[in-house]
Amino acid sequence: MSAAQNTPQTHRRVVSYIDKSREYYAANGYDQPYRWASYDTVPFEPWGDRDLSQARIGVVTTTYPKGDEFKSKPAYAYAADPIPESMYTSYLSWDKDATHTDDVGSFLPLAVLEQLADEGVTGRPSPRFYGAFTAYSQRRTAEDAAEILAWAREDQVDAMLLVAL
Amino acid sequence: MSLVARHLEEAGIPTVVIGSAQDIVETCGVSRMIFVDYPLGNPCGKPGDTAEQRFVAEEALRLLTTAVGPRMTYRLPLEWGSDDWRPNYMHVGADNLADLQAAGEARRASQAAAREAGVTWQGDDEG
Repeated sequence: MSAAQNTPQTHRRVVSYIDKSREYYAANGYDQPYRWASYDTVPFEPWGDRDLSQARIGVVTTTYPKGDEFKSKPAYAYAADPIPESMYTSYLSWDKDATHTDDVGSFLPLAVLEQLADEGVTGRPSPRFYGAFTAYSQRRTAEDAAEILAWAREDQVDAMLLVAL
Repeated sequence: MSLVARHLEEAGIPTVVIGSAQDIVETCGVSRMIFVDYPLGNPCGKPGDTAEQRFVAEEALRLLTTAVGPRMTYRLPLEWGSDDWRPNYMHVGADNLADLQAAGEARRASQAAAREAGVTWQGDDEG
């Protein structure tokens, strides 16, 4: 354990992507800043007395399997076994200079959920994982959300991990 | 992604959002967030680091089962190892303003041409 070290800052250290993207697109000459979804109230479903060791966990990603059928970026449900060796990520905004997405485990926790199920921490994970397009259209995302809920019910998913790349 | 989480939560399915853009997720408002303060791309742990990826998933399950109310963000005690990416990502400065303006103009021209031709989705190189 290293000793705690104070590194004083003049600005907040955590990046604000709302600020960054607004300034970036303004510099690109777009005059209307994107308006991010923002709600006063937040739905909350407590875990309650559910049993994690029996729970079926699902995963939602913004990345896409490779294949022509995904070119139009539909919402999708896709077999979680075998775990895809790679996913299509280049359409998304992520830090392509600082890192890479060659290891799907760094953004799609399917292998680790299998492992945790093997150890009895959770039940078997959902046989499918789900994908939604991160459109700059909140209406489109709402449509994707309805489809994903229907698939989650079909697959009897008890809880969902949603990973934003 | 936060909107999907909210929709599932409203329907009675508990959720955890795992992400690195804390402000976007919290501005929308979700029940539970695992915040990994990394450059965008690896919110489930560094590439190749299976122990760390396991830690992130375990902490997500812990937040899933223990959150006492909405808007609970747990910032994991993980460090990328360098802060260089923070100012570099989507950098805007005197050194690249002209390039950004030109790139924006080129993009608008190509979008206008596509609209003219009736193309609604231009597809991409991969996928």
